[in-house]
Amino acid sequence: MKTTNFALVGVGGQGVLLASDVLAEVGVKAGFDVKKSEVHGMAQRGGSVLSQVRWGDKVYAPLVGKGEVDYLVSFELLEGLRWLQFLNKEGIAIVNDQRLPPLAVSSGGMEYPAQEQIEKALSEASREYHIVPALARAQELGTERATNVVLMGALSKYLDVSEEHWLKVIEERVPKKYVELNRKAFAAGRGL
Amino acid sequence: MKVLLSGNEAVARGAYESGVVFASAYPGTPTTEILENIVQYDEIYAEWSPNEKVALDAAIGAAYAGKRALAAMKHVGLNVAAEALFYSSHTGFDGALVIVSGDDPGMHSSQNEQDNRHYAKFAKVPMLEPTDSQEAKDFVGSALDISEEFDTPVLLRLSTRICHSSALVELGERKAAKDERKPFVHNPMKYSMIPGFARRRHPVMEQRLKDLAEYAETFPYNKVEWGDRSLGVVANGVAYQYAREVFPEASFLRLGMSWPLPEKLIRDFGSQVDKVVVVEELDPFLEEHLKIMGIEVAVGKEFFPILDEFNPGIVRDAAYEAGLVEETVEVQKVDTGELPPRPPVLCAGCPHRPVYYMLKKYGLVVNSDIGCYALAVLPPIATTDTLGCMGASIGVAHGINKAGVEERAVATIGDSTLWHAGMPGLLNVVYNKSNTVTIILDNLTTAMTGHQPHPSTGRTLKGEETVKADFEALARAMGYEEVRTVDPLNLKELEEGLKASLDSDQPAVLVTRSPCIFLYDERPPIYEVDLERCNACGRCFEIGCPAIIRSDEIHEKSGEAKAEINSILCFGCDVCEQVCARDAIHKVEE
Repeated sequence: MKTTNFALVGVGGQGVLLASDVLAEVGVKAGFDVKKSEVHGMAQRGGSVLSQVRWGDKVYAPLVGKGEVDYLVSFELLEGLRWLQFLNKEGIAIVNDQRLPPLAVSSGGMEYPAQEQIEKALSEASREYHIVPALARAQELGTERATNVVLMGALSKYLDVSEEHWLKVIEERVPKKYVELNRKAFAAGRGL
Repeated sequence: MKVLLSGNEAVARGAYESGVVFASAYPGTPTTEILENIVQYDEIYAEWSPNEKVALDAAIGAAYAGKRALAAMKHVGLNVAAEALFYSSHTGFDGALVIVSGDDPGMHSSQNEQDNRHYAKFAKVPMLEPTDSQEAKDFVGSALDISEEFDTPVLLRLSTRICHSSALVELGERKAAKDERKPFVHNPMKYSMIPGFARRRHPVMEQRLKDLAEYAETFPYNKVEWGDRSLGVVANGVAYQYAREVFPEASFLRLGMSWPLPEKLIRDFGSQVDKVVVVEELDPFLEEHLKIMGIEVAVGKEFFPILDEFNPGIVRDAAYEAGLVEETVEVQKVDTGELPPRPPVLCAGCPHRPVYYMLKKYGLVVNSDIGCYALAVLPPIATTDTLGCMGASIGVAHGINKAGVEERAVATIGDSTLWHAGMPGLLNVVYNKSNTVTIILDNLTTAMTGHQPHPSTGRTLKGEETVKADFEALARAMGYEEVRTVDPLNLKELEEGLKASLDSDQPAVLVTRSPCIFLYDERPPIYEVDLERCNACGRCFEIGCPAIIRSDEIHEKSGEAKAEINSILCFGCDVCEQVCARDAIHKVEE
């Protein structure tokens, strides 16, 4: 089997690292060799964050370069654009419709990219792309913090892995009192 | 059972399984999580030492006591600990010692790029380099075995990608630890390095290197993986994994031990392939030694970059340029326009921010240090002139003031950094009498690496209560007469403290004390802008707080955007309210 490459991107504090933990564990449950790569330290202070996960029969490198990602999941619109070069032509992009203007926009002179520009770039660079209201779905369930699990639900539709594995990992990873909420968040993501 | 572990988690597990009883470190990306994971094992004593030199001395002591010890540090931490590395290479131990060095190619969170393989050669000690988490765990045990057998410290070199990548690891049991108390082995000729004794140790070290080179020939992780013999790739560390992706058919010589090198094994490999290629991150360390052996290296650093970290794409592109592979991955050219950057910034509510805001106002030469406040170098704060390494700020400021420029030079240094390497510099200022003002940014934690305790937090790594070291008392004991403490979130108090320190024209210490926002149990009440009163003067923007943003409302006369406060980011520090001349910023009513 060809190795499947995922890139999860967003802004420090959005739960990208936790989502990539879940994705990696699901790969293990599904019987794959798995590697995951992320960066800690200074980059976490509200900066742009990239985490990569790879599933396959035998995975060597813990990350890939530009043009090699099969699934790009972006937790924020602009970040989806920033990491777009990592996607291969046949890849799928799933992008949360949340906008978090960086300082250069909110108090500097730069413009946040326009919706048409974002959609045009996404459509040119991917086989298919989906801008999804993951934040809104999480808010409907009562907490923004479940946005990352909604996005994992949205991603899961494209992967040939049993839903049970996902739910099992969520159960293992999340504090007991939040398990039901996160199950709902995952289901909401699958419905997007 | 196989579990996903990061390289750091795997090293911690390896320390547990291989009978380590003592572990010490100073926090530093990328290796911080090693000790944070070791602390879960009650069988291992673990501590945050004030700096890497102390951590290594302490681990050496544990190894002198006959135990298995581990010291961990980032690459530049080994610079701090270098003296201890060199004397311990002379002495060896009754027990065993592994020194973990986490290199940071690409400088994700470091002030310089350096290849610590040179330290192995320099200090004449063996070095192991894992290619994944499984080896990271296993090599801790191998390193300790080698340390015991050859009476030497052993360097275990990781890189950011090994530390922060996760892979499946087979767990094992803990090996029985030598933790019984025995009488100390009194052997000053071996352990007291006066010149006469050190001279006798040097030939022992030279012989040890020869013996280790012999051992390297059969070290199980120096191994040949035969494939197509038209191409022979020599690689180590995570670069081996990238090369595996790029050259799936080639023959490989992977070197788990990067010093000393197995010359016979390398020669045999070189003679059985048509072309030798060396794939290694950073310096041409292996390449140069292959060349010294007289082995022709067809492709090395003229194609594979010396700068930055690798990934499979970079290795593939270089291999394509060198004509080693037929094709490379096509990167799509997508027009995204110029995207606004999103660099890391000081958090909203950070107590460091007002200090730099004030320093900017006074037109000083600001010499800074290592910590979150390094984020004050770039806009929007942009109030730092020099920043070198842990503790450098105070010495540099002193030198500038003594040599003399028109402006006054001051030093800014964090609490943990002051304990780490700031004390001798602080003493130098008062001893040699410069009018340097040292500002100790005390946020009561080691913030940047993830809020570890340090000597003035009153807590140890193991969570025990302990003494709270006192900056003000330290400065007075050194002879400072000008010692002040202010709350940096109170601008008036901060300014008065700074002004008085500068006006004294004496060596002065100004402690700005306020907790990191991550230490609060609850977020303080937040603030909002009264748009009726705001006249878009822009003063609050000058603070450089990420929570203060331009609103959609434009002030009629000036045409400038009025301010707005982001209710998610605001941490209620109140600094913007203090700078607002129009009384337009208020606490949000509950």
